[in-house]
Amino acid sequence: MKATVIDAKDNVAVVLGAVQKGDTITFRGAGIEGSITAQSDIPPYHKIARCDIPAGAPVIKYGEHIGLAACDIPAGTHVHVHNVLNNREAL
Amino acid sequence: MTFWGYRRPDGRVGIRNHILILPASVCASDTARVIASQVEGAITFHNQNGCAQVPPDQELTMDVMAGFAANPNIYATVVVSLGCENCQMDLVTEAIAARTNKPLRKFIIQECGGTIATVEQATRAARELAQEASELRREEFPLSELILGTECGGSDPTSGLAANPLIGEVCDRLVDAGATAVLSETTEFIGAEHLLARRGKTPEVHDRILEIVHRYEKAMRQVGSDPREGNPSPGNKAGGLTTLEEKSLGCIHKGGHRPVSNVYDYAKQLKTKEGLVIMDTPGNDPSSVAGMVAGGCQIVVFSTGRGTPTGNPVAPVIKLTANPITFGKMRDNLDFDASGLLEAPEAMPATAEALLAEVCAVASGKMTKSESLGFMEMAIARVCNYV
Repeated sequence: MKATVIDAKDNVAVVLGAVQKGDTITFRGAGIEGSITAQSDIPPYHKIARCDIPAGAPVIKYGEHIGLAACDIPAGTHVHVHNVLNNREAL
Repeated sequence: MTFWGYRRPDGRVGIRNHILILPASVCASDTARVIASQVEGAITFHNQNGCAQVPPDQELTMDVMAGFAANPNIYATVVVSLGCENCQMDLVTEAIAARTNKPLRKFIIQECGGTIATVEQATRAARELAQEASELRREEFPLSELILGTECGGSDPTSGLAANPLIGEVCDRLVDAGATAVLSETTEFIGAEHLLARRGKTPEVHDRILEIVHRYEKAMRQVGSDPREGNPSPGNKAGGLTTLEEKSLGCIHKGGHRPVSNVYDYAKQLKTKEGLVIMDTPGNDPSSVAGMVAGGCQIVVFSTGRGTPTGNPVAPVIKLTANPITFGKMRDNLDFDASGLLEAPEAMPATAEALLAEVCAVASGKMTKSESLGFMEMAIARVCNYV
């Protein structure tokens, strides 16, 4: 299964179809290429961690912070509301 | 890259050569429609407003009317008013004259002797202007003469993933070529306004970006609505959007990566050669597009996930999607298929060049699908109910 990296700074990629635990995911985009083993099932167009994201670290998509990791998110894991905290950053 | 456009007496460059039959109020709209139907190259729109509006609403309507007349895609304007509306003929023509010195004719229904007499007189004037307009020839211009509007509507996951980033790449290329690109839809900045504000070129622009978002939220709260509540929606979350920041980033990505040079209120006059700017418009597509076109955008690019027929009377709207199923289903309405980007993100530079080439082709006279079908629905942003 393929996944897209939108910005080189992103620590997540967007999967282009339904992913099952154990699938090999190849991610590409913004000059980044690599592959990773899915650690969980992931629905189409949802996010996968393309590297380990430690608890409290920003989750980055579009090159910007979209929230904070609520716990350690290992590479290959589904990244969504269950492990991301909303974080309204100071202006 | 260059395009072929029409030089206007006010120094601006148009990409269409229309005669605008401009109804000053709802009461003049059907008369304007009949006049426009008689004259080749004439366009009009149904103006729902123009009377019985609170002053902030009247200002929005006046700015759209004056801005449409001044848009460089218009050769000349024939204003048709009823006579007793709040948007009086003198006010409308003064507002137009403040923006442009292009040819202008005016007809007041209550003075001409009713709608049939007005149709006769105004049709004759419009016919003369259409013949004059036909003598103009296109000349070659640099891309820096373009003001590009950006819009997204009927979005789905492919919008934020590919279609909006593609529009952003085209904006970057146009800005680097010296043009102006306009990011719109204030309601869709909510949640990412701090990220957008960081890209303000000056502290004033930074503050203005926050101001238009907070002003919009305040206006919605006054009628008991909270735009942050329930956002992202259950449907957004099911589609994979985790936070409001993520949702809004998908929308603002269509502005590209350059710093924000300026922030404009709805339908105010934009400048050429200003880089990336923001206009405060609603998320409602036809009224957002109308505000940017009133500001002087000659052309609009519009991303969609579900597919839309949207056009505009004054400016061509190029519609693209990255959803292959939608492109297949709505081929008659959508101009550009960007779905290849989903499987091959490395094709972004080549796809951006192809979309830019399409922008140049349409600027040089190629009809969009909405133009070829005569689709030109539009709306004007509003603050509250009629008086």
